[in-house]
Order: sequence, then C-alpha cells, then structure tokens
Amino acid sequence: MSATREVISTGNELAALAAIDAGCMFFGGYPLTPSSEVMHVISDLLPKKGGVAIQMEDEIGGICCVIGAAMSGKRALTATSGPGMSLKAENLGLAQMAEVPLVCVNVMRGGPSTGLPTRVSQGDILQSKNPSHGDYKSITLCAGNLAECYTEVVRAFNIADRFMQPVIVLLDETLGHMHGKAMLPTPEEVEAGIVPRKTFDGPAEEYHPYECGPTDPAVLNPMFQGYRYHFTGLHHDKNGFPTEEIETCRKLIQRLEDKVEAHKDEIESYEEFMMDDAEVMIIAYGSVSLAAKEAIRHLREDGIKAGLFRPITIWPSPAEKIKEHTDKIKNVMVVELNIGQFHAEVQRASSRLDIEGLFKVNGRPISPYEIVEKVKEVF
Amino acid sequence: MAFNYDQYLRLEKMPTLWCWGCGDGVILKAFIRAVDKLGISKDDMCVVSGIGCSGRFSSYVDFNTVHTTHGRTVAYATGIKLANPDKHVVCVAGDGDALAIGGNHTIHGCRRNINITMIVINNFIYGLTNSQTSPTTPKGMWTVSQKAGNIDPTFDGCKLAIAAGASFVGRENVTAPKKLEKLFVQALEHKGFSYVEALSNCHINLGRKNKMNSAMANLDWIDSITVSKKKYDTLSPEEQLNLLPTGILKQDTEADEYCDMYAEIQKVHQGQRAKITQDDFEKKI
Repeated sequence: MSATREVISTGNELAALAAIDAGCMFFGGYPLTPSSEVMHVISDLLPKKGGVAIQMEDEIGGICCVIGAAMSGKRALTATSGPGMSLKAENLGLAQMAEVPLVCVNVMRGGPSTGLPTRVSQGDILQSKNPSHGDYKSITLCAGNLAECYTEVVRAFNIADRFMQPVIVLLDETLGHMHGKAMLPTPEEVEAGIVPRKTFDGPAEEYHPYECGPTDPAVLNPMFQGYRYHFTGLHHDKNGFPTEEIETCRKLIQRLEDKVEAHKDEIESYEEFMMDDAEVMIIAYGSVSLAAKEAIRHLREDGIKAGLFRPITIWPSPAEKIKEHTDKIKNVMVVELNIGQFHAEVQRASSRLDIEGLFKVNGRPISPYEIVEKVKEVF
Repeated sequence: MAFNYDQYLRLEKMPTLWCWGCGDGVILKAFIRAVDKLGISKDDMCVVSGIGCSGRFSSYVDFNTVHTTHGRTVAYATGIKLANPDKHVVCVAGDGDALAIGGNHTIHGCRRNINITMIVINNFIYGLTNSQTSPTTPKGMWTVSQKAGNIDPTFDGCKLAIAAGASFVGRENVTAPKKLEKLFVQALEHKGFSYVEALSNCHINLGRKNKMNSAMANLDWIDSITVSKKKYDTLSPEEQLNLLPTGILKQDTEADEYCDMYAEIQKVHQGQRAKITQDDFEKKI
C-alpha cells in the first residue's frame, strides 16, 4: 500500500479507521484500558455506514457476538487488552476450530492480572501465540508505528478472510495513545485491495464447507443464503458436524496447523533498518522499535555499526530470516518490554543461546539511551 | 395425516444422542411444528445452541446452525441477530448453560430485549456430564458433586428473565407437547426477547438416584411441581412455594426492541434524526 495522505491521529483511532476502510461491518467489545478508544471511535463510524457496534456485558460477550456476526458473513472486529484477551481465549479457540475469520486488536498493557492498566508492556507476545488450549496456528501482526496501526489492521482483515481464522493485531499502550502524524494509503486504495473470503456458489447438496485440501482453509458461505451447514467447536466432518472418527480428527487439526505453515510467505512481514553493513543486530518490535531506531543512529555516530530487524508478523515468526541474519552477525540483542518472550523465539530460530537481551517490565518505555548503554556494555 | 418432521431434520444425524425416554426429543418436535406453523423458511432461521445434551439440538435441525461454547448462546446470537435483523435467531440452552456459566449473557439479552427466542431446556441437572448440581437442582436432591445432598438454593430462570426485562416469558412441560408447541409459536411471533423454559426429564442422571428411576416417574414428578399460571395465581404464597407456574408468565408488546433501537442510532449518525435523549423515553430511571 502506498502512503499518500497525511493524518494526525492516535494509534487506537487509526485502528478503528482501518477497520472501517477495510469493510468491517460489526464491532463487539467491552471497555478495557488502554484499548477503549477503538470502541469509542468505531461506535460512531459503524452506524454511519449501516454497520453495528455494540458494547457487550463482558469481554466474553464481546468476542462471541463478533464470532456470530462473522459466521453470518460480516467482517467483524473486537478490541481489548491483556485481561480481555485472557477472557476471550476460549472463544478465540472456537473461531480457530470452526475457522471463523475476525480481527482482534490487543493494545498491550502491563500484566499479569490487572497489572498496570495505563502503562505500556509487550507481555502478551506468548499469549497471542496460543491464547486458547489445543493445537492451531495463530496469526499475530504487530504495529511498529502509527501508520501501521492502520495498515496492519487492514492487512489483518484480508489475512483473516484468506486463512479463515482470527488474526490478532498487537498494539501497545504507547502506540495506542501516541498522537502524531501518519502517512496512510487512501480509503479507495484500501477498498481496492480487499480480498473477500472465498465462497461456494454451486448446488447446496454439493457444498462441503470443511472439505478442502490439506493446506487449505474452510470455505464458509454466509448464513441465510441457502447453504445450511453447522458450526461447532467440536472436531467435525466435512459438513461441520461433530465426529470422533480417527482420521477425520487427525486431518482437521493437522490442517489447522498446515494451512498457515504452508503459506507463511503470504503472511510474513518484517522491516530491516540499517542492516546492510550491520555488525550489531537489534531485534525489536512495536513502539520499542522507535527507540531502537533512535539508538541505532546514536550508535552509528559513535562508530558502532548497528542495525534493526523488526518483525511485523510476530506469529508465525520470520524464523528463516532471523536465522539468516544470526548466522552472519555475532552480536545480537533482543529489546522488549517483557522478560524475553520473543527472545526465546530468536534463540529457537537462530539455534543460539548467546543472544543478548534488554528487558523491561516496570510499565515504562525503553529509552534510546538505555539501548545504547546496553549495546556498549555487552558487545 | 401425521406431521412429517423429515423436511426439518438432518436425518443422517439420527438417532440423536439423547437417552431413551428423554424429553428433549419432545421439545425438538414441538419446536419444528411451531416453525412449520409459522411458515418460517429454513434458510431464514438460525439455531444457536450451547454445551450439554441441549447443545446437540442444533445439529439435528436443518437450519443455519451454530454449536457454541458453554453458556454463550445469547452472546453469539446477539451478533448474528444484529448483523441480520430480518432473520429469525433462536437460542437453545440448558439450565447450566443459561443460568450458571452463561447467566450474565441471559440477563443482558433479556435487558436489551433483542428479538431472539431463547429456549431453556431445564432438566434440573447436568445430564451429559453425569449428574452434577445445576442452578435448578432442587435442594436436598442427590447429585454426583453433592452426594450428601444439594444445599444450593434453587434458581427460577423465568423470574430472572422477567426481572431482567425480557418482554416475553413462558414455561411449559414436556408432558404437554401441544401447549409447548403453542408457547413456541407465541414466543417466535413475539417481537422482543422471548424466554421459554421447557421443563424436561432426565431420569438417567437426575432420576436414578432421586427415586425417579424411569422417564414416567420423572415426568410424574415434573407434573406434580407444575401448575397453570391461571391456577397458580389463585393460590396462597404457602401453596405456591413448591410449584412452578406454566403458560405465558409475562408478555409486554410495547417494550422497545433492541434492533429497532439500534436502527435509530444509525439514523442519528446518518443525520436523519436528532440524538436520542432521555425525553425519548417514558421511563427516565
């Protein structure tokens, strides 16, 4: 997408605007700091275009009504923060199992539990990989600046419909409440780029929503159009009906993994900043990457050739690209607002245990100065 | 001529998982007859069920069907209905679904008065999971989770629905299938949240250890604790104590329906009317 219009806004507001431009027609949610502004904005915008935004009785109700609307064929959004993600987890699992596309924005705050409601954190990285019990493959995108609060939500809607599953978009409190300039694509360009979910238009008796290739998503027609099938969170057969047949169960769960794994390249996204000649690689994402870029400029002024690798798609992680870099670059440091949640993924991807880390969990952002100091200390 | 249920059933899913003599089949058939009587197209109907024996209801009927997580039927149905206000959306939940784990959604579905019909199959026990206490299990009965006798007070879902603002509330008993059918027709025709409690037997998991070891014994007990609302209203509070009234318990055709009200919100944002204020409502607090 090209960046052709300038707006002054906040991350939360941009996430809501993106949903509208991406064709979202339904929002369900519950007030949860620091994500509530997404609901505040979209509850004005959706009814204007004939859509619906509802504040439900709790976070569980929020995700459930969104899944219901999405089952019926609408593009649908919910937004929350850590405690809400914990409450939504079971039903996100149903959406994974029944292959219902939706977008869930999580504006991360300090945790665990009630944690630090108004302060920044990146503590939900691992939660976003496996919010619900069982085996499935999550897709999680992570905005790293204001513009991406918009573009990643747009991308999330298209990926959700392509892979027929929930897509989580991580913001953090800093980005959600940051107010500033963002260069965005036009709504017309976003609309032109919408890839709606596949549907089946043959005779109803030949329609089998869950009969698909081993790496394909289900093809779920909208409700009320003559294709009467069944949604369930149970293991199910080609028409969505409960089954315990051994091979059907195995193939279903394997397919939930493989439909994403086999097409990772369609989801993968990352930014490389000053990496061409880098001798120190900093890995950071979300708002922390803004501080990392500033730190890299300072380090280069001091003669240290630092660069940034920033995953935008967090799950599935860009593991091959990480390995490519870590095979060449000795000095690698992950900077994040948790105690090493993505650090562990970098260790796994690189097969290296000497990856440095700068972690912070007191609810405060990491300053460029702290990163500069740490790089000079350990490398 | 006998009613032909086949056109509404997913015959390949028969027989049901319900035990012999279970009342859930009576409820299923009464519901199908009600839908047929109203001439609702199968494509225009969505049935949303929860978890438990009642949860399987949705897989047996040939509508658009959703089998959700435990307790969340009303929340899923709210999304489906708001996104498709011209379609029929029906929840089928058990007593545990509607009144324990999903109690909050039940309350707020009633409060919004959204045009959904919620059928609560109350068999006074968690049946599918083998006899744990439900919010409607009578005090003193045996359950597998309270083998010394249930001490948890019993919950009247219809009273909850009335208090929470459902505009149609009714109760019927599977021993009166024609009355049940009529109540379903009235509930489906009603505009607003209709809460219908269908009392059913579970002689396997409630009756077995509570001296109702057959369908008939369990049904006789249900008969003994139910009385028509007309008669109930003539009884003294002492006489009412151990009885549940049947029939229509509340019907308010004037209450604002939520999808209609949301259409007003859309009009506000589309510049077609002024903002909604307290002056728009008779009841101010």
